[in-house]
Amino acid sequence: MSNSLPRSQPPLAAPNGGAVASLGRPGGNNERLVQLEVLRYNPDTDTEAHFQHYEVMCQEEWVVLDALNKIKADIDPTLNYRWSCHMAVCGSCGMMINGEPKLSCHAFLRSYEGVIRVEPLTHFPVERDLVTAPDDFMEKLKRVKPYLIPKETKAVSEGEYKQTPAQLMKFRQYSMCINCMLCYAACPEYGLTPSFIGPAALTLAHRYNIDSRDGGRKERQEVVATHEGVWECTFVGACSEVCPAHVDPASALQQMKITSSIDWIVEHLIPGGKS
Amino acid sequence: MSRKPLVREVPPTTWYFRHPRYLRYMSREVTSIFVGAYCVLLVVGLQSLSSGEAAWEDFLMALRSPASIAFQFLALIATVYHAATWFNATQKAMPLQIGEDFVAGNIISGAHYVAWAVLSVGVLIIAGVF
Ligand code: SF4
Ligand code: FES
Repeated sequence: MSNSLPRSQPPLAAPNGGAVASLGRPGGNNERLVQLEVLRYNPDTDTEAHFQHYEVMCQEEWVVLDALNKIKADIDPTLNYRWSCHMAVCGSCGMMINGEPKLSCHAFLRSYEGVIRVEPLTHFPVERDLVTAPDDFMEKLKRVKPYLIPKETKAVSEGEYKQTPAQLMKFRQYSMCINCMLCYAACPEYGLTPSFIGPAALTLAHRYNIDSRDGGRKERQEVVATHEGVWECTFVGACSEVCPAHVDPASALQQMKITSSIDWIVEHLIPGGKS
Repeated sequence: MSRKPLVREVPPTTWYFRHPRYLRYMSREVTSIFVGAYCVLLVVGLQSLSSGEAAWEDFLMALRSPASIAFQFLALIATVYHAATWFNATQKAMPLQIGEDFVAGNIISGAHYVAWAVLSVGVLIIAGVF
């Protein structure tokens, strides 16, 4: 597309805190002085976190991540945060922005007034500044076996596992998760009961359970249909409200509660029934 | 470099003040107290019915007291709110796929409202209101 809208480039700061360069153009006509209050924590020197105030010139069309990159490039190279794609795909830039779990590359400065408060994702231990430790989520993801467990294994020579478009549509929405963990930061149950497997991991279990090619539901039920699994969910619905990929984890969990209840009825109340 | 992650505690009793959506959730949960209390009231009514006419008349009198009317009014509002949140949730719990497409969520929830209205009219007819 030639002659596209005049658009100033956001500053580039390498995700690992390496070489930085500012391409922001001071004096542009849609600049704005943005104030941020960023939670800082240095594990080497701090026992508690504290807020640090920054004022930085930004372009009106920038996102919060651009402002952080500008701060890192021009004001404070010690600021730590994660990002990679800058296009709401990689899921690594999740932060609390004014108390709401957001992808910082998707949080437009123009949507905020006054001082913008930026904190690391809540419910996760803070590694340093805005960087949280995702270990617990990773471990839970593994537990739900989020991969295809074929009903019957076929030799490669027998060809692919085929699926109709309707069978694909059944689970497609639940396969859109980018593992950003915003839903965990939003979920009060996860905050109160950290053993809860949580929205994204359970949703991924559901995504495979309802895949026509998959036969692993029974194995996953050992994790899913437990108190740490779907029964910890009280349907607050916050996960679906904050999910940037419109995965709607709350719907997946309610559907799993229904199928798990049917399993229980078949097993306990129907003579000779087996789930 | 050794890790020393900072763990931030969640306040166990006041967490729902952290965000308006949590307060909305708690208000839905609180309505179930009224639903439960009204069920208890019905059981007490049944019990007085089985204890003879005098007890039943006393029960009916008690229902007409201002405090009782206030409670029933509150219970009605709470139950309607509770039911509405449930019906709105049905579209998430029971999606309906026809071919490649899903039936619009408000049709699923709407069907529940229609069933609710029909059943309510049926109950009122049986109760002799019409
Ligand atoms: S379900 Fe949504 S909010 Fe949760 S990790 Fe996946 S993309 Fe992020
Ligand atoms: S940087 Fe990849 S999702 Fe924001």
